[in-house]
Amino acid sequence: MTEPILEVSGLTKFFGAVAASDVLTFAVERGSIHGLIGPNGAGKSTTIAQLSGELRPDAGRIRFAGTDISAWPVHRRAHAGLQRSYQITSLFPDFTAAENVALAVQARQGHSFRFLAPAREIPSLREPALAVLGRLGLAAKADVPASRLGHGEQRQLELAMVLATRPKMLLLDEPTAGMSRTESRRMMGILRPLKGKVTILLVEHDMDVVFALADAITVLVKGKAIITGPPADVRANENVRRAYLGNY
Amino acid sequence: MSAPPRRKQVVNLTGLLVLLALPPAAFALGEPFLISVATRIVIAALAALSLDLILGFGGMVSFGHAAFLGIGAYVVGILAHHDVESTLIPFLPGAWHGSAAALVQWPLAVLAAALFALLTGALCLRTSGVYFIMVTLAFAQMLYHFFVSLPAYGGHDGINLWQRSMVPGVDLSKDWVFYYVCLFILLAALAVFSRIVNSRFGMVLQGCKQNEARLAALGIATGRYKLAAYTLAGAIAGLAGALTANQTEFVGPSLMHWSRSGEILVMLILGGIGTLYGAVAGAATFLALEEILTSLTEHWMLFLGPILVFVVLFARRGIYGWLVGPESGDD
Amino acid sequence: MTAQLFLEQTLNGLQQGVTLFLLAAGLTLVFGVMHLINLAHGTLYMVGAYVAATVTQISGNFLWGVIAAVAAAGLTGAAIEIIALRRLYDRGHLDQVLATFGVIMFFNELVKVLWGPQALFLSPPAILSGTVEVIPGVPYPAYRLLIIGVGLAVALAVRQLITGTRTGMLIRAGATDREMVGALGVAVNRLFTRVFAIGAMLAGLAGAMAGPLLAIEVGMGEHILILTFVVVIIGGIGSVRGALVGALLVGLVDTYGRAFLPVVLRGVLSPTAADGIGASLSSIAIYVLMAAVLIWRPRGLFQAYG
Repeated sequence: MTEPILEVSGLTKFFGAVAASDVLTFAVERGSIHGLIGPNGAGKSTTIAQLSGELRPDAGRIRFAGTDISAWPVHRRAHAGLQRSYQITSLFPDFTAAENVALAVQARQGHSFRFLAPAREIPSLREPALAVLGRLGLAAKADVPASRLGHGEQRQLELAMVLATRPKMLLLDEPTAGMSRTESRRMMGILRPLKGKVTILLVEHDMDVVFALADAITVLVKGKAIITGPPADVRANENVRRAYLGNY
Repeated sequence: MSAPPRRKQVVNLTGLLVLLALPPAAFALGEPFLISVATRIVIAALAALSLDLILGFGGMVSFGHAAFLGIGAYVVGILAHHDVESTLIPFLPGAWHGSAAALVQWPLAVLAAALFALLTGALCLRTSGVYFIMVTLAFAQMLYHFFVSLPAYGGHDGINLWQRSMVPGVDLSKDWVFYYVCLFILLAALAVFSRIVNSRFGMVLQGCKQNEARLAALGIATGRYKLAAYTLAGAIAGLAGALTANQTEFVGPSLMHWSRSGEILVMLILGGIGTLYGAVAGAATFLALEEILTSLTEHWMLFLGPILVFVVLFARRGIYGWLVGPESGDD
Repeated sequence: MTAQLFLEQTLNGLQQGVTLFLLAAGLTLVFGVMHLINLAHGTLYMVGAYVAATVTQISGNFLWGVIAAVAAAGLTGAAIEIIALRRLYDRGHLDQVLATFGVIMFFNELVKVLWGPQALFLSPPAILSGTVEVIPGVPYPAYRLLIIGVGLAVALAVRQLITGTRTGMLIRAGATDREMVGALGVAVNRLFTRVFAIGAMLAGLAGAMAGPLLAIEVGMGEHILILTFVVVIIGGIGSVRGALVGALLVGLVDTYGRAFLPVVLRGVLSPTAADGIGASLSSIAIYVLMAAVLIWRPRGLFQAYG
């Protein structure tokens, strides 16, 4: 067993009396795809938001790559290699696909206090951007404004941006949300080869996707992790069955 | 990134030629007062241009832009005042006399405005949206009241200047010379700004307008870029203020009255935001409209108000957007 | 002596504070429910003051003036909402700012056309022109006391409106979740117009009440509007309780600053310098207060909805 890249311990977040995270503890192995599943309202998206720093937990610690990042702001976590995608696609709608990704490359390269050179003509920005777009099958759409892409393409573009930052770990919040079967399968084809290179925490509604991809799965119910283990164990677990069946 | 914007070039070139040819044309027509109108337009365009950087590109709706103009103007006024009176400037460490030299006055005007922008910007940018609008407005009003109740520099009545700033070898007291100096500064600012908005810094700034949360999630600390843009905009507006002081040879709190901030905002929207050149088109239109309406009726605001509401409701792209047509613009 | 002066200034501060509250409550409600930033709110205050002055002069009764002012401001507000602002709810704040700026221009000029450029003056009603000894040895103008009383009564009434009525329930719902109000099957348009008119009437009331204390002139609306913004920034947008606390804070800090800062500075500086600098510094005291709140709590002291 390698050391975990992400360790969450005692994460707690209440909205009034409702627990989004209730002393949540789990760890993610480096290089793995780790599924995070649970019934609606289990606190999956709020967990992601707390890991990314957009939501401040009431208590608990988060260690990433050996460092306590609990107090870090969003941009610092992202810059350290902890990147996220959103359940509702989040892009720069007026920029072209290539400009979107180039901005992500720019984020990786350090500060952007460079005022004169035209950013669109800088090879060290545009070339890596086009390379990532090519890898995700969006090469032909490089110069199309993001707002004019199809839904599936927009979700791919967001992933392209995130990958262009060369992350250590991805927090993916339902990457196949709203996608057709075909698009969904294409997304799985993009994610699978990342295994071993980039650690992924995958929040997903589609159980087929999770069980096909994940090395380990954490099941969240009312903000608590009721089990963390390999897919087979999770599938067989009585508590998991009850949690799902009890809810639907 | 889009198709060659030929029409845009034609529009820009025409505008440039009109601005260049204006003084000789005004003399030929026997209407030299047109030069002072044109100077007002050019200076207002510079102020609106600086606002476009933060509003049109950064998405920050500042309603306090007149504060920076006021500071720029007051720096010129105060330096000139102490120069004429041969007194020391109070409240500064060391013994400083005033100065009439543009090379002293103008850079200090820029610096002072930038400093005020940096300090208030750091506070304003802790907020966003409607708070930001109100906070910028409030800080500008603070400065207005400060100068109104400051008897040392004329309070309500302000300071009358003896002369325009001194530039070795250039006689700014000639209106047409001053006009060309202002025009040169405007063109230089346009050239620099059109580089900036497309630079790496500019892309981050535009990203802030489109989706700031996304930028942060990519690892970019957006706050410092917005503050840098705000400071730069303040600096350029301060320069516009220094030029305003020279143009009117008067400095007073009315320069930073809240309605001035509103006018700059209106000029920019009228011309078209996020285009840079729209600032020039908007300033020209607004001031020309003002000249025409005031010559027709004393109560011209009665017409300008509804025109403004109409523009906001129905003509979103502004005059520049209308001039260059739908398929232009590379932003 | 100093204690008496302090008490007198405290009452002055409260009086200024409740006037600001009347404006801030409307502004903050309109923002909380419609998410609309309305620069023309000060215009309604001006309308209130002008109408109060004119009707009082004609009828010879200040009470009629106040009633007419409230009605005129409410009607003007409803008209502005229906003609222009209704189209702006879905637009960005920039559009709202510009359009309402246009509304200000129009009304300021219209007032000049109707009433002329000279300032009007209105005297308080005769029965209230005397003073009252609130505490033995401190005579205080009865009219200013009335303003404080009316302001506090309105604060209670607004609280009752929000916590105890159906409109209030919708206002609270609207402030936290706009879609929900629509989902409840409420005629949102009518709710918006009603809330806007209530805010406008409060502004008109403030204008009428403040009329006898100042010169009624064009521009008075914007001056107080910006003070109201400071109140709302301090109190938190959308919170009526925040509007009350913010308004009283601003009223007191402003009054104390003007009264005591020059006195304090005289201990350090020459009298003329102290008066000059004291005046300048006290004129910015409330903005310093605002800056401090922004550092401490960028979204104001109170959350909407409270």
